[in-house]
Amino acid sequence: MNRNARYLLFFAGGALVAVLFAWAALGMPSFGSTFHPYRDLAVPAAVAHGTANVVSAINFDQRAFDTLGEETIFFGSVIGAAALLRPSKEEREQTSGHGHAKQVMASTRFAGYVLLPLTLVVGFDVVAHGHLTPGGGFQGGVVLATGVHLVYVAGSYDALERVRSVHVYEYAEVVGALGYLGLGFAGLAIAGSYLANVIPYSGFGQLVSAGNVEVLNFAVGIEVSAGVVVMLAHFLEQAIVLRGGAEA
Amino acid sequence: MNDIVLIIALTLVAVGGTTVVMTNAPERQAVTLGLYGVLLTLLFFALKAPDVALSQLAVGTAFVPLMVMLAIRRIRGGRS
Repeated sequence: MNRNARYLLFFAGGALVAVLFAWAALGMPSFGSTFHPYRDLAVPAAVAHGTANVVSAINFDQRAFDTLGEETIFFGSVIGAAALLRPSKEEREQTSGHGHAKQVMASTRFAGYVLLPLTLVVGFDVVAHGHLTPGGGFQGGVVLATGVHLVYVAGSYDALERVRSVHVYEYAEVVGALGYLGLGFAGLAIAGSYLANVIPYSGFGQLVSAGNVEVLNFAVGIEVSAGVVVMLAHFLEQAIVLRGGAEA
Repeated sequence: MNDIVLIIALTLVAVGGTTVVMTNAPERQAVTLGLYGVLLTLLFFALKAPDVALSQLAVGTAFVPLMVMLAIRRIRGGRS
């Protein structure tokens, strides 16, 4: 197909999408209106289950099965990335060691070591309060995992390797994923349907109050933080160890 | 007041998105993508969706640009 025909096809398709999009947008409730049927159902359901953060109630209670699917996608993509990035036989043989890291600036080192404990505490806080305030296992897990890598930014790759043994994180990722699956089966066995709540609700807005939601939050937090660490570990291994340049 | 904040946030997101598309080299795009992530975070926050804003901040601003950089390095790195 020549260039002009491709442009013609693009503009015809683009115009059609624009018309359909405008048509759909015109049929929507107006921006900022008070018509929210989904909210009117979701908020009372969340409050009835002692979950102050309605978004967490939707993710881990009302649509917990949907979230299981999302976790599985994440789990699969970590395995896929790890499989694609595993060192080949030749790469293993020509591993050159890590080279010598350039000296890290004192200010970078200082900022890194100040931020490291702060980031880890914030990440843990975001996971632990997922049922109360914005956040949860997914967001907190990413914060925790990126926080660990401040050791590399402020220190060196060797220092990072000492604090994160990839095998531990591989097992942790599986433990998190199995925890979610297992609690689902517990719901099936005790309450009669998959992922039904089995942990009693107690109080509203308390640290321990939201039944299953909290435990699922922690399971996701463990899985996501460990999965992100494993994925970054494989990328960093390719970029630093096998290319023999720790300067990047 | 709220409308003004929203209009500013939406305009910044439109400008940011266009900037990402117009950026040429993928490694530079990773940087503009990270900045665009901050703008989206502000928009979500202005729209009173702090949960989504937090996800966007953690994933879109930190994790995705990092993965893009590392992937480009893996592909282009060659033998040094």
